[in-house]
Amino acid sequence: MTDSVRASAVESADDGAVIRTRALTKRYRGGQLAVDGLDLTVPAGSVFGFLGPNGSGKTTTIRMLMGLIEPTAGAARVLGHPMPRAARAVLPHVGALIEGPALYGFLSGRDNLLRYDAADPTADPRTRRARVTAALERVGLTAAAGKKAKAYSLGMKQRLGLAAALLQPRRLLVLDEPTNGLDPQGMREIRSLVRELAAEGTTVFLSSHLLDEIEQVCTHAAVMAQGRLIVQGPVADLAAGARGRLVVTTPDPAEAARVLKEQGVVDVVLAEDRVSAEAPPADRDLADVNSALVTAGVRVRGFIVERASLEDAFVALTGEGFDVAG
Amino acid sequence: MSRAEAGTADGRNPATASTGTAGTAGPAGTAGTAGTAGTADTGRSAPPAEPAQSPWARLWTFGILRSELLTTFRRWRTLALLGVLAAVPVLVGIAVKIETSDGSSARRGQGGAGPAFISQVTNNGLFLVFTALAVTLPFFLPMAIGVIAGDAIAGEANAGTLRYLLVAPAGRTRLLLAKFATVMAFCLAATLVVALSALTVGALLFPLGDLTTISGTRIDLADGLFRALLIALVVAASLTGVAALGLFVSTLTSSGIAAMATTVGLLITVQILDQIPQLHALQPYFFSHYWLSFADLMREPVYWDDLQKNLGLQALYAAVFGSAAWARFTTKDVTA
Repeated sequence: MTDSVRASAVESADDGAVIRTRALTKRYRGGQLAVDGLDLTVPAGSVFGFLGPNGSGKTTTIRMLMGLIEPTAGAARVLGHPMPRAARAVLPHVGALIEGPALYGFLSGRDNLLRYDAADPTADPRTRRARVTAALERVGLTAAAGKKAKAYSLGMKQRLGLAAALLQPRRLLVLDEPTNGLDPQGMREIRSLVRELAAEGTTVFLSSHLLDEIEQVCTHAAVMAQGRLIVQGPVADLAAGARGRLVVTTPDPAEAARVLKEQGVVDVVLAEDRVSAEAPPADRDLADVNSALVTAGVRVRGFIVERASLEDAFVALTGEGFDVAG
Repeated sequence: MSRAEAGTADGRNPATASTGTAGTAGPAGTAGTAGTAGTADTGRSAPPAEPAQSPWARLWTFGILRSELLTTFRRWRTLALLGVLAAVPVLVGIAVKIETSDGSSARRGQGGAGPAFISQVTNNGLFLVFTALAVTLPFFLPMAIGVIAGDAIAGEANAGTLRYLLVAPAGRTRLLLAKFATVMAFCLAATLVVALSALTVGALLFPLGDLTTISGTRIDLADGLFRALLIALVVAASLTGVAALGLFVSTLTSSGIAAMATTVGLLITVQILDQIPQLHALQPYFFSHYWLSFADLMREPVYWDDLQKNLGLQALYAAVFGSAAWARFTTKDVTA
């Protein structure tokens, strides 16, 4: 299934991939291989989740995509242009939050944004103040705009970093761990902001080590581990890769288990009034299974397929938990 | 943990798969909007438009310089450095005033002050400008420049703001030029602060009037003021070498403190080496070697030889270390 996901991603890449890398590799001077032969394709209009444990090469990849570090080998194209060569043409269309926000503590929030905006030679100085005000408004920092950034909490800094990424209409947003340091309310705000931006047609490239987060907002995802890409594709396909579980709730579990086995369902597990089993293959109509149960006199209270979460998929793919890579 | 009814859950077809994706929080809404966004965007995947070519476009590129100047001169640290520099002429003026309050004339300053400017201060307050510049040029001024130049790139790297400036995108060459221009602006500001502070203190504590040049001729106050301005400009230009060196050191590290310390350390080392007679052959290449040649502007006629050597040497330093900084900074991996 991994192969089919890869193949479909490559096919859809030709009509407008926003990010595309070919055998992208980065070996640091110490000899450490941070990113190893990465072939990544981010389709236009997607909310792309970039997953992996800490130290798996996510940030190094993002830095290469943003032209901050030079790849050792391979190539990366962003918005159809080679990076880092075309950085000055590409980056005005890209908003980025890389490895947390970085601010001038001695400047106010508003002045921080004015400075970042002034650094962009394509930004019109006549609309600068208005755009800064709009960006502050969008991330909910209007009230704190005049405060010195060093007095900001981590969550406020994160919001200000996001505001800097939103100073202009962007075609691509690269958000590295955007909900770091935010309270649950802040996390929800960021998620709805991401959805809003995606609805406006911005492609969002979101890195995270939180699987729930990716599952909640992303349409596509890629998983990295130890510098290598393990899998990429639509989130639903990834989760489908780990087969879901059929769960039957019934007061007659023993009978239900017998019928299910008769129906060719495997890995049947009994637990009080729940019988769970590996979901049958897609060509099997589940209604028939249910009908067989009822015909055999099993009283069915519930009959559902619990879809595999991305976490299950990740474990199935890597055969390991979600820990820091060594 | 997404649950779905059996009927809808097993859609494996990628085209419809996203319908089941979103899990708990508003599944239909998310999947629907993302889907439409996907189709809408394919039409807009033209290459990014080049920067607008209006007459404004060229001016906008100076936005970073303006922002850089504002940011630098609004920092407390910058203001504190300028404050210390402004205090030096005040101390020198008061010291001279106290020492000569019994009517004796000030003794000639030791070695560092070079020409006998200090002995003239009591006769003419304008000489305090020359004295103050001679006192601050060997150490205070270049140290202040070293702090600002050393921190220019390394400080931004240390704070992480460098990566955001570069993805803005400031452009590496453009950012470096803005940084160098700002450091040079600080050189000028620092020198003028010393000169103006000295002029103010000199005018308050001592008489002003016609003055005697080193060559013994007399010039009027207007000419004297003009020469003071010229000297301030030459002193500011003398700091170009340190500025370029500091900026180069700044591109080597991601620690602002380390860059500042290295630059100031190099400055002290060079000053010491410049005093060792055995290194006579090397000394003309030390950036500080001709610094005190600014006094030649007080000769009549002006003695240009050492002044030219000084300015030439500063230009050489700016070219060598400026290129080195550029070569380093435009190829450097920004990992901070």
